[in-house]
Amino acid sequence: MLDYAFMRNAFAAAAIVALVAGPVGYFLVLRGQTFAGHALAHIGFTGATGAFLLGIPPLWGLLGMTLAAGVVIGLLGEDLAQRDVAIGLVLALALGFGFLFLHFVTSFATQATALLFGNVLAVDPATVWSLLGLGILALAALGAIARPLLFASLQPELAQARGVSLRLIAALFLAIVAFATAEAAQIVGVLLVFTLMVGPAAAALRLTRRVGAGVLVAAALALLQAWGGLALAYETDWPASFWITALSGLVYAAAVLAGSWRAVAARGARA
Amino acid sequence: MSALAFRDVELALGGRSVLAGVNLAIEAGEFIALLGGNGAGKTTLLRAALGLVAPRRGSISVFGQPAARGNPAIGYMPQSRSIPPSLRLSGRDFVACAVDGARWGLPLPGRAARAEVERVLDLVGAADLARRPLAELSGGERQRLLLAQALLDQPRLLLLDEPLMSLDPSRQAGVVDLVASLQRRLGVTVLFSAHDLNPLLPVMDRVLYVGNRQAALGTVEAVITPAVLSRLYGTPIEVVRAGGHIFVAAGGLDLARDTHGCGESAHGHAHSHRHDGHRHDGHRHDGPTEAADA
Ligand SMILES: Nc1ncnc2c1ncn2[C@@H]1O[C@H](COP(=O)(O)OP(=O)(O)OP(=O)(O)O)[C@@H](O)[C@H]1O
Ligand SMILES: [Mg+2]
Repeated sequence: MLDYAFMRNAFAAAAIVALVAGPVGYFLVLRGQTFAGHALAHIGFTGATGAFLLGIPPLWGLLGMTLAAGVVIGLLGEDLAQRDVAIGLVLALALGFGFLFLHFVTSFATQATALLFGNVLAVDPATVWSLLGLGILALAALGAIARPLLFASLQPELAQARGVSLRLIAALFLAIVAFATAEAAQIVGVLLVFTLMVGPAAAALRLTRRVGAGVLVAAALALLQAWGGLALAYETDWPASFWITALSGLVYAAAVLAGSWRAVAARGARA
Repeated sequence: MSALAFRDVELALGGRSVLAGVNLAIEAGEFIALLGGNGAGKTTLLRAALGLVAPRRGSISVFGQPAARGNPAIGYMPQSRSIPPSLRLSGRDFVACAVDGARWGLPLPGRAARAEVERVLDLVGAADLARRPLAELSGGERQRLLLAQALLDQPRLLLLDEPLMSLDPSRQAGVVDLVASLQRRLGVTVLFSAHDLNPLLPVMDRVLYVGNRQAALGTVEAVITPAVLSRLYGTPIEVVRAGGHIFVAAGGLDLARDTHGCGESAHGHAHSHRHDGHRHDGHRHDGPTEAADA
């Protein structure tokens, strides 16, 4: 299967994206901001359709739009309830514009499907290099803010008292999420970013007790899903995005079952 | 030099004045009980000492330095416990996130940081507890981890915002004893906010009572009096001492209801008038909470 150049590109792209989406997703789930991540991906759709209109590569339109939206959502503030409403409104507005752009772009149907559901087998070497550059940038930025990010996520009021700016951290983190989202959208499309970013991370949070282990497990599970999905797509000729979502659901269900089984075992040991 | 000093301080939130004309000096090594009804401004006062609420007027100093964010001399236990109930992270990692937490970079604790985490966990007797996931800890056990976190980096002033919240009476006594012994061993100054004075009576030095935009600092004899409390609640207050406890009640109403309230015992009425939902303490009273609401 690796004899084909397009498969090699796909495996490389999937690996890069998985190794970024897993760790970024870990913090996203830890902070309870999965809705923000979900919204960013959909907002990216508008950026990509806008890019088509302007004749620039959709990846850059997607990235620009998610980056702007991420920073704005981060700066909006700490009040969670209000934040969800604000995110929802921005999301609806952005999708409205996306639909308007679609209206102006003719002969868009195939690109639109690729944008929404991904087309990893069509990734060219230039895109792989772009993904690698963006991925390194995202992971480096995440590494740079990881300590105050963890502190602000677990103990926001204490972090603030110790001099951490919650707003700055939120904006920087969502900017990183924007990078990860733009990457993941190249593989599974904007509609299914959740499957690489949230699925493995949520499973990792259920399976681990240490932060370091959780981040590594999230990355490993994302990689397993992405590569497993590609291999299954090659064998079956079904879309890779489908297999990746199927594996994501399976991995999460297995993590939940492992948790319940552990609880039952602990109860049995006590009895 | 006072551990904490307020000079003619006014604190406002969202344009509303919460406390005004506050003058007080807490000396190093004191154990101060910070009391007041819901919304009286206890949390606001503590956050002002941390530099998180800038005074509209006056000045606040901590060990002679102006109050400012990131002061390593202060340990803080916030009131809102934001730990998600299903988080499977270990207590140890939770405590450790606060070590040098404001510094950029990866959260990889070095040898010194790990030793500091073990030190504070030992101080509160939670070294074994901290191995377990947060999701499997009781409220009281989480409280101990939060206390450990407040002790990181050897603070000289501990600001504890309602550590007794949602604990049963015996756990309350346990937390109070733990804090008192830490205070003696480490020589720290403690400002401990609570809704009920009684659990703190055996260990506290003085009381800081807030209400009606004012604050009164002094000994129990000087502050817990009908005259001072009536001023702080803006309504007539009675103070009754019985069996080593102090009961504060609004204009006799509270005690009158006591005799035929819940019926089971003279102490049962606590259930009938507590609306804050924080505590279900069956035999200690804090009538003014209701007086302030009324
Ligand atoms: N963001 C805000 N804007 C305006 N007013 C606020 C804000 N936050 C709190 N307040 C008000 O400030 C007052 C003081 O609140 P604070 O939290 O300090 O009270 P508290 O004594 O800690 O109460 P509790 O016992 O319920 O914790 C309250 O009346 C509250 O309504
Ligand atoms: Mg409070």
